[in-house]
Amino acid sequence: MRSLLPSMKLVRLFIPLCLLLSLSANSTATERTAPSTPLPLRIGLTPVFLDDQSAFLNKWRDYLQHKLARPVIFVQRGSYREIVDLLRDDKLEFAWLCGYPYIRNKNHFLLVAVPLYHDEPLYHSYLIVPATDIKTSSLDNLRGKVFAFSDPDSNSGYLYTAYLLAKQGVVPATYFSKSFYTWSHRKVVEAVAAGLAQGGSVDGYVWDTLSKIHPELTSRTRVVTESPKFGFPPIVASRSVSKHDIATMQQVLTQMANNKEGAYLLHQFNLNGFVSGNPHLFDSISDMYHFVDKKRANAAP
Amino acid sequence: MLHLKHISLGYKIPLRVAVLVIVTASVLAPVLVYRSIGNLRDNMIGNADSLGHVIADTLIEPILHEDVWRAFEIINIPFSLPQDQNRNQGAEYILVLDAENKVFVSTQPQRFPILTDPTTIEPGLLPIVANPPELHAPAPVIIETRQLSSFYLATAIQSDGVRLGTLIVSYSKEPFEKRFYSLTQSAILITLLVLAVLLPLGVYWAKKMAAPLLQLSESMNRITPNIPEPTEIELEESNDEIGQLAKSFKTMLAELKGKEQLQQQIIVSDRLAAIGRLTAGVAHEINNPLGGMLNAISTYKRHGVQDPLTLKTLSILERGLQQIKETVAALLVETKSQTRPFDLNDVTDICTLVQADLSGKQVSFTCDIDIVNTQPVSSTLVRQIIINLLLNAIHATQWQGCVHLHIWRDSSYLFIEVLNDCSYIPKEKISYLFEPFTSLNQSGNGLGLWVIYQIVQQLGGVITVQSEPDETRFIIQLPLQETHE
Repeated sequence: MRSLLPSMKLVRLFIPLCLLLSLSANSTATERTAPSTPLPLRIGLTPVFLDDQSAFLNKWRDYLQHKLARPVIFVQRGSYREIVDLLRDDKLEFAWLCGYPYIRNKNHFLLVAVPLYHDEPLYHSYLIVPATDIKTSSLDNLRGKVFAFSDPDSNSGYLYTAYLLAKQGVVPATYFSKSFYTWSHRKVVEAVAAGLAQGGSVDGYVWDTLSKIHPELTSRTRVVTESPKFGFPPIVASRSVSKHDIATMQQVLTQMANNKEGAYLLHQFNLNGFVSGNPHLFDSISDMYHFVDKKRANAAP
Repeated sequence: MLHLKHISLGYKIPLRVAVLVIVTASVLAPVLVYRSIGNLRDNMIGNADSLGHVIADTLIEPILHEDVWRAFEIINIPFSLPQDQNRNQGAEYILVLDAENKVFVSTQPQRFPILTDPTTIEPGLLPIVANPPELHAPAPVIIETRQLSSFYLATAIQSDGVRLGTLIVSYSKEPFEKRFYSLTQSAILITLLVLAVLLPLGVYWAKKMAAPLLQLSESMNRITPNIPEPTEIELEESNDEIGQLAKSFKTMLAELKGKEQLQQQIIVSDRLAAIGRLTAGVAHEINNPLGGMLNAISTYKRHGVQDPLTLKTLSILERGLQQIKETVAALLVETKSQTRPFDLNDVTDICTLVQADLSGKQVSFTCDIDIVNTQPVSSTLVRQIIINLLLNAIHATQWQGCVHLHIWRDSSYLFIEVLNDCSYIPKEKISYLFEPFTSLNQSGNGLGLWVIYQIVQQLGGVITVQSEPDETRFIIQLPLQETHE
């Protein structure tokens, strides 16, 4: 404003400008060195739960930020593999993923917590068919049909079915006339409900939770068989994350059931809580993986 | 059988107008419906075309990656939009065929399972499968047949000139049919409304147009047997052709009427002239021997035997012959005698002469004399005419009635008008009025008017009678004989 006055001299215009510049330089310098603002925690999410409820996720993030006393960023991607890659590349500190990618990257990931479902850190894989199909009683009836998987890196949504087929000496690509991935358990339910696929492998926990929130969707499908219990998709950390951060996260998650806000969020998750968990929970998944992998290696010329 | 040309214009013109209105309305309504449906269809095809191209382009990657689920999500987008469900023009289903024309994905997976041959499920798709759309076709292939309940728009899905598959969007004809019915319904309704307004209006105008023609035709029919008075004919006056025709018709009617009257007059005067000639001939033939007979009786009375019986007989004969002589003399009107011209004194005399008869019946008598000096007509004859007419009038009028005399002249005629009230000469009697022995009353000899007529005829004048129920008027028109002195 001063510069607009015609009587102003150049010197008198220059001094305040210099002052202003030096002030702003100082302020940025103080920000950079301030230890008070911790770096945000980046947590990768996969569709092992109903990760498409943005408003609910915001509440959970706020809860975590509050409890961890540092910013939390949720990172979502189209497939498990992308989250796994991000975690391995230290682009994420934590991730909630399936037991299958966990056991495959055991050397890179640390187990932080396992959710409790029906008071157990376990869940099933369901084989579902459209509700109109009342004949199908097992996977054997689905030979030559169209089948929906959720993700090639999902235990309940792919590995278990692939394992069952491998035991018969077949692979999904030939056993079914066509199979496709929907990249989400929920969409497997939708694909089967619409009749797009005549069968699908789906996370039992997701199906059960969906049947509570959207019974009109799950009612159009029928659960044919339930798998044995597997370790529930765990929350893992990159090995580069400090032990303190892991412990804090473990603490916050396992304590969720003990406060009102956390209990409310768990109720929304349709879970009972989190436990620190044992890596051996996922041994059965590991066995299946090795079996399928061996069969595949044998099949390959 | 009733042929159209025999029907009255009163029905024919409104009928033709009505037919014209109905034909116009019933041609316009289907044309409008057809146009609307055409527009609707073009709109829908335009929409479907752009939708098809957008979806076909988006489907390239999922088909290349065999990502059935993504393709399913993409083709379901148009169906998940709430406003599309409300729109009638929404597609029925979308079907994606792979390069082998097997079902890749569809929005109705239960009806079209993946990898099935769509033609076994929907034979209507056979033309598309047999002849898939060209890769760079500017317009979609439209398959529509009467037998099918749907029509299909096919768009090629291609990547870098390689056919990946075909996108088929199916549209049910039902909304079209519904729209067609509703359009037709409203078109019929509007047509009926228009007809309800135009038809009565058209018929009214047509009737109005036909009315003068009908009037004219009816008036023409009335010419026979008797030509009506022009006042009896009611014709609309206007300057159009029909009005001119009516005017000409009226003129013609007036001329016909005049001609008829003239003919009537000629007949009457011819008859009267013939009677006059006959009477004059007979009277002359009677007069000669009559004079001899009267002379003989007179001579015999003077010189013959005075026998009382003979005298008495002769006297009877003489009186009888005398009566014959008087009658014959009355029939033989003689106007040759030269007398003095008619003047005002004659009028005074006439008034005096009829006074006795007037007071006898207490008739009020008025005179209107518009002449001042002598008129060059025979006073004897004019007096005879006036007295005869006045006596007739006094006789014809009622007790205490009115009689009026009016005398006036113009440059060449003297007019005498006598009128009385309360007597009526029927029309049929007027033709015979001036014939001898046609008496309207019991006391007269029926020669009064005959004499007047003969005098007027011989003087070269005209006598006219106008008789209305409460007034009878005699007008005599006599030519003035200009003196050569």
